[in-house]
Amino acid sequence: MNSIILTAVWGVVMMLSGAFIRNKQTPKFLAIIGLSLISVLHIRELITKKSLIQVDVHNMVTFDYFNLTFIAIVLSCTLIYFLLSASEVEKVGPHVAEYFALIFFVLCGVSLAASFNTLLMLFIGIEIMSIPLYILTGSDKRNLKSNEAALKYFLMGAFSTGIMLLGIAFLYGGSPNASFFIDNLQIGGGRLSVLTALGLVFLLISISFKVSAAPFHFWTPDVYDGAPTVFTSFMSTIVKVAGFFAFIRLFQNAFGIVQDQWQSLIAFITVATLLIGNITAVFQQSVKRMLAYSSIAQAGFMLLAIFALNAKAKEGILLYAAAYSLATIGFFAILMKLEDYTIEGFNGLSKKQPVLAFAATVFLLSLTGIPLTAGFQSKFFMLMAAIENGHHLWLPIVAVLFAAVSAYYYFRVIQAMYFKEPSQADGHPIVATPLFKMVLLFTVLLILIIGVYPEILIGWMYR
Amino acid sequence: MGTYITFPELFILLPLLGGIIAFFVSSGPAAKRMALFVSVLVWAIFVVALFYTDRTKYIAYNNVNYLWLKYLGSNYYVGLDAMGRMLVGLTATAFPLIFIATAKNNVSHPKSFYGLMLLSQAGLMGVFCAFDALTFYFFWELALIPVYFLCSKWGGEKRIQATFKFFVYTFVGSLLMLIGIIYVYLHTEPRTIEGGITAVHSFTVGSFYNVALTAMEQKWLFVLFFVAFAIKMPIFPFHTWQPDAYDQSPTPVTMIMSGIMVKMGLFGVVRWLIPVLPLATKQFASIAIILSIIGIVYASCLAMVQDNIKRLVAYSSIAHIGLMCASIFALNPTSVQGAMIQMFTHGINIIGLWIVVELIERQTGIKNISALGGLAQKAPTLTILLVIVAFANIALPLTNAFPGEFMMLSGLYEVKTWYAIAAGLGVILSAVYTLNMIQKVFYGHTNDLTQTVKDIAWNEKLALIIIVAFVFVLGIYPQLMIELTKESVAYLLTTMR
Repeated sequence: MNSIILTAVWGVVMMLSGAFIRNKQTPKFLAIIGLSLISVLHIRELITKKSLIQVDVHNMVTFDYFNLTFIAIVLSCTLIYFLLSASEVEKVGPHVAEYFALIFFVLCGVSLAASFNTLLMLFIGIEIMSIPLYILTGSDKRNLKSNEAALKYFLMGAFSTGIMLLGIAFLYGGSPNASFFIDNLQIGGGRLSVLTALGLVFLLISISFKVSAAPFHFWTPDVYDGAPTVFTSFMSTIVKVAGFFAFIRLFQNAFGIVQDQWQSLIAFITVATLLIGNITAVFQQSVKRMLAYSSIAQAGFMLLAIFALNAKAKEGILLYAAAYSLATIGFFAILMKLEDYTIEGFNGLSKKQPVLAFAATVFLLSLTGIPLTAGFQSKFFMLMAAIENGHHLWLPIVAVLFAAVSAYYYFRVIQAMYFKEPSQADGHPIVATPLFKMVLLFTVLLILIIGVYPEILIGWMYR
Repeated sequence: MGTYITFPELFILLPLLGGIIAFFVSSGPAAKRMALFVSVLVWAIFVVALFYTDRTKYIAYNNVNYLWLKYLGSNYYVGLDAMGRMLVGLTATAFPLIFIATAKNNVSHPKSFYGLMLLSQAGLMGVFCAFDALTFYFFWELALIPVYFLCSKWGGEKRIQATFKFFVYTFVGSLLMLIGIIYVYLHTEPRTIEGGITAVHSFTVGSFYNVALTAMEQKWLFVLFFVAFAIKMPIFPFHTWQPDAYDQSPTPVTMIMSGIMVKMGLFGVVRWLIPVLPLATKQFASIAIILSIIGIVYASCLAMVQDNIKRLVAYSSIAHIGLMCASIFALNPTSVQGAMIQMFTHGINIIGLWIVVELIERQTGIKNISALGGLAQKAPTLTILLVIVAFANIALPLTNAFPGEFMMLSGLYEVKTWYAIAAGLGVILSAVYTLNMIQKVFYGHTNDLTQTVKDIAWNEKLALIIIVAFVFVLGIYPQLMIELTKESVAYLLTTMR
């Protein structure tokens, strides 16, 4: 409960601060202080299970250890994102305070979407999460690509919103006791009614759109490529895993009972997502665009959790959220330090900036899923969930084959950093402050800790 | 659980810590000295450990089992059994040899080089000590990563492509194995743990051996595991990464790959494949043997026509590994015992061959057999030592490879006559290409290229003399190796009943 209210309040504070403070530095510190405060209060809530502010919500949102842990992961990852990239936010445009305010509103949406108990709260949560993103995508106002991306994102997002509302309406109509509560839809184990089935499929489509699962992924590369890199980093990590969390929560609580009826559909979407994400990423020359496709590919792996819907899947989604967000945020932070976003831009980075190259290597190894990194544990749990589920056993095999494909494009960057000579000696020197390097190494440490001892995260679920 | 630090922990931790420290020492030569020191220390500890093998008395010295992941039921469980001890011994012996033989080489970035070398030793040690499937998988991959960086950084011209091919092959294999491991894990007997969720499965080797799987499940699991191990060995048709990788890697790394890493595949078959999936093994053993034999003949034929000396040794290695794999799948006491001996001796001998190859390449700058000649006049000591190692490669009597190959072939003969005939062909062919290579490279007239070759330096001499000592000691008295490994052979065969 803390996180929903406090992020919204702090968003307003940030926005007002923009009106009163002209100094460009101040919003950054305000944001970091605010988020640290919210994280601390949230973790206190996670430990004591008591919220600072108690509001009677008529059971419209509920908090259990599962979603509290998830929100804690999201807040911590965002904090690391702020520490690494907040100074990049300042470079986007003049309205620094507003950008931070929008990010806080996104976090409020994330908290809602992670804890919804009725379809209405799901809708509100997803919308609060999305609308600030449309603005952030277009925040580089003079850049045509950014404008195009924002428009594209907004139009496609509006469509998916419509489809989601339609799905909710169908479900409401199809529910025998006309309820919005997801555990009270009374779908029953038998054959689905037409209305319920339509509602399910529409919701599936709209959330697939939000998490950029194929074949609803077409907006992703352009939007991720066009948006200012610092916001791409945020969008492709925190927001995406939040979408997945809402996805798994909805399907587990509302449609878990009819899993056998939609499972093949998810299996199809998973394979399509893995295929398109991985194969297209192989051909990218721009690292930023490669990361956009790789985020689609990673979404394919996260879909295995929806496919399986068991205890391992829940553990897996927590690990994946942390592993994927940390590695991608860290890697984007390094990418933003470079002038050249092509793979050649990474040539010889190990000579120029050994710490950055080392950190980037760990992040890429984690994204590939090499043991000792968090990325391995997350993929491991996802595979375990899918195999434990017992149906469609070919699916995990397909997934690991694509994981091997992903090694190709992630390792290309490692090869460029370590085994190629820098293209030219001149060019802009890469500026990395000691603080930046320390946060980067701290992120690396977190990835290794989760990789060796994942129960540091999933243990929270079982208290 | 002992209160003291155990041998397997020392074998893993010493190289691991040494490797990490090597990145931060003050200078390159210091890193080199430290690597040599750590590897010799590990070897010395291994020799000490040989006196504490008694299972009843010293179990606390040889096993350690900590709870690692509570909700998953995975333990950090490492220990030494007969075969593990033999392969740990191979690793412990090979690394000092490699460091001695290459002591005079100047590598760029020596700190990273020696750090990564030691890290790969830690990974290999872990693979051979792990008694928990997840621990095993961790080390299996961790042994690969340092080798990937070593080859890509310090290898030959086409190193990046060759190494990446190698990496992708093994990565695909290990991921398939991971699926197999998860599947078996989910079918192990669940047990209740205190404080929370019930029904936790287990990754330990014991529960894997007791798992109840239908014949159908075992079949496809066999495929998953076998592909992973076959790629690592490599067995025909999964071998195509190997000649490129051996050719392009820096020689110390090639020694690790061909001497030790290929044994990971054989080791995996013996510890993680046959006892876990006995029904499928019975059914598929003949296919595995036939693939191995095809590999033996095919690789031997290719070795005969190779002009590149590195590729020749690489193909000869495929042939030897094929024979070992066939003998293990023959599941005959004699042949399995032979394979156990041969795993060790092949590892030592092939390092000897690589030392010579490296020397030739470094001094003349080429690796083409046809362009060389007359080295015996310039380097007599080298020639004598090489000829002994080469005889061991052909498995002449009195060399260490003879008892192993003899036992493997006689075991295969007992199973099916034509297996032994086809595999024996490989031995004959190995004489053809090895002797042919010696003749062309060492005898005949010297030419411009070989005119300037010097005889070997003290460090290479020392390494080769140690290897030659192994050749004779184990050739004359193979009982040493048999005593060390017979327990594992007996155990493997009981699991098949």
